[in-house]
Amino acid sequence: MTTTKGSVTGVNGNMVTVRVDGTVSMNEVAFIVLGDKRLKAEVIRVRGDLVQTQVFEMTKGIKVGTPAEFSGEMLAVELGPGLLGKIFDGLQNPLPEVAEKTGFFLEPGVYLDALPKDTTWSWTPVAKIGDQVERADTLGTVPEGAFVHQVMVPFGLLGSYTVKSIKPSGMYTIREEVAVLEDADGASYPLTMMFEWPVKRAIDCYAERLRPVEPMVTKNRIIDTFFPVAKGGTYCIPGPFGAGKTVLQQVTSRNADVDIVIIAACGERAGEVVETLKEFPELIDPRTGKSLMERTIIVCNTSSMPVAAREASVYTAVTMAEYYRQMGLDVLLLADSTSRWAQAMREMSGRLEEIPGEEAFPAYLESVIAGFYERAGIVRLKDGNKGSVTIGGTVSPAGGNFEEPVTQATLKVVGAFHGLSRERSDARKYPAIHPLDSWSKYQGIMDPAWVGWAHWYLERGSEVGQMMKVVGEEGTSLDDYVIYLKSEFLDATYLQQNSFDPVDASVSPERQEFVFGRAVRVLGTSFDFKDKEAARGWFNRLRQMSLDINGIEWGCDAFTEADEGFLSFMAERATGLDQKAALILESLE
Amino acid sequence: MKKVYSRIESITGNVITVKASDITYGELAEVNTRFGVSLAEVIRLDNEMVSLQVFAGGRGISNGDEVMFLGHPMLVSFSDALKGRIFTGSGEPRDKGPALHDNLIPIGGPSVNPVKRIIPREMIRTGIPMIDVFNTLVKSQKLPIFSVSGEPYNQLLARIAMQAEVDLIVLGGMGLKYDDYLFFKDALEEGGALQKTVMFVHTAADPVVECLMVPDISLAVAEKFALKGLNVLVLLTDMTNFADALKEIAITQEQVPSNRGYPGDLYSQLASRYEKAVDFSDSGSITTLAVTTMPGDDVTHPVPDNTGYITEGQFYLKGGRIEPFGSLSRLKQQVNGKTRADHRSIMDGMIKLFAAYRDTLEKKSMGFQMSTWDKKLLKYGELFEREMMDLSVNIPLEKALDKGWEILANCFEPQETGLQSKLIEQFWPQKA
Repeated sequence: MTTTKGSVTGVNGNMVTVRVDGTVSMNEVAFIVLGDKRLKAEVIRVRGDLVQTQVFEMTKGIKVGTPAEFSGEMLAVELGPGLLGKIFDGLQNPLPEVAEKTGFFLEPGVYLDALPKDTTWSWTPVAKIGDQVERADTLGTVPEGAFVHQVMVPFGLLGSYTVKSIKPSGMYTIREEVAVLEDADGASYPLTMMFEWPVKRAIDCYAERLRPVEPMVTKNRIIDTFFPVAKGGTYCIPGPFGAGKTVLQQVTSRNADVDIVIIAACGERAGEVVETLKEFPELIDPRTGKSLMERTIIVCNTSSMPVAAREASVYTAVTMAEYYRQMGLDVLLLADSTSRWAQAMREMSGRLEEIPGEEAFPAYLESVIAGFYERAGIVRLKDGNKGSVTIGGTVSPAGGNFEEPVTQATLKVVGAFHGLSRERSDARKYPAIHPLDSWSKYQGIMDPAWVGWAHWYLERGSEVGQMMKVVGEEGTSLDDYVIYLKSEFLDATYLQQNSFDPVDASVSPERQEFVFGRAVRVLGTSFDFKDKEAARGWFNRLRQMSLDINGIEWGCDAFTEADEGFLSFMAERATGLDQKAALILESLE
Repeated sequence: MKKVYSRIESITGNVITVKASDITYGELAEVNTRFGVSLAEVIRLDNEMVSLQVFAGGRGISNGDEVMFLGHPMLVSFSDALKGRIFTGSGEPRDKGPALHDNLIPIGGPSVNPVKRIIPREMIRTGIPMIDVFNTLVKSQKLPIFSVSGEPYNQLLARIAMQAEVDLIVLGGMGLKYDDYLFFKDALEEGGALQKTVMFVHTAADPVVECLMVPDISLAVAEKFALKGLNVLVLLTDMTNFADALKEIAITQEQVPSNRGYPGDLYSQLASRYEKAVDFSDSGSITTLAVTTMPGDDVTHPVPDNTGYITEGQFYLKGGRIEPFGSLSRLKQQVNGKTRADHRSIMDGMIKLFAAYRDTLEKKSMGFQMSTWDKKLLKYGELFEREMMDLSVNIPLEKALDKGWEILANCFEPQETGLQSKLIEQFWPQKA
């Protein structure tokens, strides 16, 4: 703790200038003391004894001469058992508890403990007296929901320590001392189950970072098969308004094959968060059999909440993700939307009167975005276990135009791009991920060569479709027309997925492989048609059969029956099978 | 004690600077000019230099004019006496009524805690089939009406205001033409809705700063009424003028513009107003309908674009009708399953057929031959436009659904409509 104090000399929006009497550090937390309220702020520029701070609250009521206090600490979050299932604002204030205190409205200057201080946890010690420990080594464990929560040596304790005492098994709160460490000089460090960590510093207590290779299954066909995401990887979803970004994120947060999901609702509609808030406690996580909320943390700084806290909210979220990664868990962070976060930076940059870059975004936009996404990663921990943080961010480009700074800066650093298109969402083709514009650098659940082979039909089909707009159906050859129909078939029955259908909403990898095999069979088979009219009618029926199958539960008798019907219907017209398709089918079966 | 300063250091546009001490950020002051007294708000503090935004504008202010600080932020009087009254953007009476000074409340208050929000659940009936049937308006929804200048958006607003089943209407007019202001006044008076209306009107001739106050003042009043248990409908027209006023002020203050001259915080500014729409779980609600004119019918213009990202859908007014394509109520799914069994099917089915009609229309304009099916679609489209889309149609939801079946039966065989056989059995009109 420093004892630096100061007094306000200027106010401009949420930027407050303070004259200080001592040392301050960049990004340190300050409080503007307004009567009995203390407004939290962060130091963003130091010039001589004048310090500029961004205040995380509305600044009405501040005067020249209002006192300010400096904490000496950077903006930090509390880490410890009890984070799961919580709903925080961007500064890790627990919103339900805030509501109990202040009612309907978010009154400024109300900061509550992030972790419940009175809950008792069933502690089991792991370290023994006399053990040598370093930061992030496990001292003991407590059960938290479906997980074993590891209580670790705080990440800020550098160097090596000896365990001097440790509490036996029993029930303790996070306030109680559970262990005492001693360093080489004999100084002792009493520890509880929680500690703080500054949000803007990445947690790096692992042995090494690994290459993300294992797919993170989302149970979404177009993503898992065509544009996969790896555990520890990054991806972005840009799209115009109404293209279904948020629905796609919600579906992913439900079905993703990870241990923990952290949702950062950053500068978006409050109503959308409410749906998650009310529905998640009711939904069951198939992996653990418990409520979905028990594996979820929501960081919620919606569009009308103070803009500086919006900037902090994504860091708050990613820090908690990194914390759970240290326990060998797979964590998925969904940030909706990173554009709003970038806009928060732009607002601040404007007030600091920095020289603007493109579209008035600050010149450091790219490096800040890159720095954020780089906090994702799969790591090997010191105990040999692996843990991962995967980051998926939506981008809301102005006018739906991807040629804007935030989208472009994001595309440079992510491993997969799921571009949503207005054209597809208008045609009610959901998820509206554009199959020709999107890409992924990760290996999915399927051999990339097979996927590439199927993707060729989409490209060729789209070319034929374009051509047909000019020359009409009559100017297109029957062969080309059939390719077009095949690509439409693949689009309608495989790429599109009904997230409101109980069965179709989540498709397991086994089922995806099976259905992909059926799609390959359709694409690779040559058919005998009299004319285009006949071809269209036949494909319409085939599509309908396939869509019906998508709605039938996997593995039941009705499924097998419908599948047999599908195959025999196909056999009626089939005249041969493409060699490549035959090879794919062979390895699939 | 009120502090009076008699030297203005600088005047730039609508912003004046005064050397003063012990001034609070956001505080109000009165500037005594030779044209009368105007309110001003503190928008920047820099040591002893205090910048104020003058509501009446900077024109005619002399650097010898007196500035008196009032020691409180912008407040508005709140009581039942507001009902039926008309005020300016700074809360002064615009009608002949008395000025109100009791029970003052601050404006631009804090945001609602997201965990205290509830999932929207009740529809608001408007008597307009294009809304009730196809894009249902839901209590606590925030919806803009996107339209080109010249479209009858104010007429539409006035109609919704008179027909919607709400307890109170707050109308915020920004940059309204004087004629439009009179139109609203007359329309509400004739419709008998004036007594449940509070109007805050800034006309195009008024100083631009007052325009900025209109949404905040309207929503502050609406919020208080909602907390007293009333279901309030807030109508804002036109939010593009509000955004343009923001732009004007930002540029005068030498802020770095971001997109087409608009300030970088346009999204946050719009969001903090729209997000006031809310359903208080054990009290009233605020529903917001806001006109957003699109310069050049361009939905990617910064104002409609940012608005679209904030609001829960949009009504797209074109050619004097609410377009079924481009219009969207994101909350309709929450309510249209509980109205009548055929509501969703009629909604989807009729729109699909209408889309087919539009394709046929295109084919026809290119000179292709019309098949029997095409002819059926043409007949259907014409009926749909006349009996459903026309803004003069004014029928309750159930009647509109019946009308939908009637139109379908008039043009098609049951199996051609793609509707579920179960519904067809129940609702298909029997020919006499």
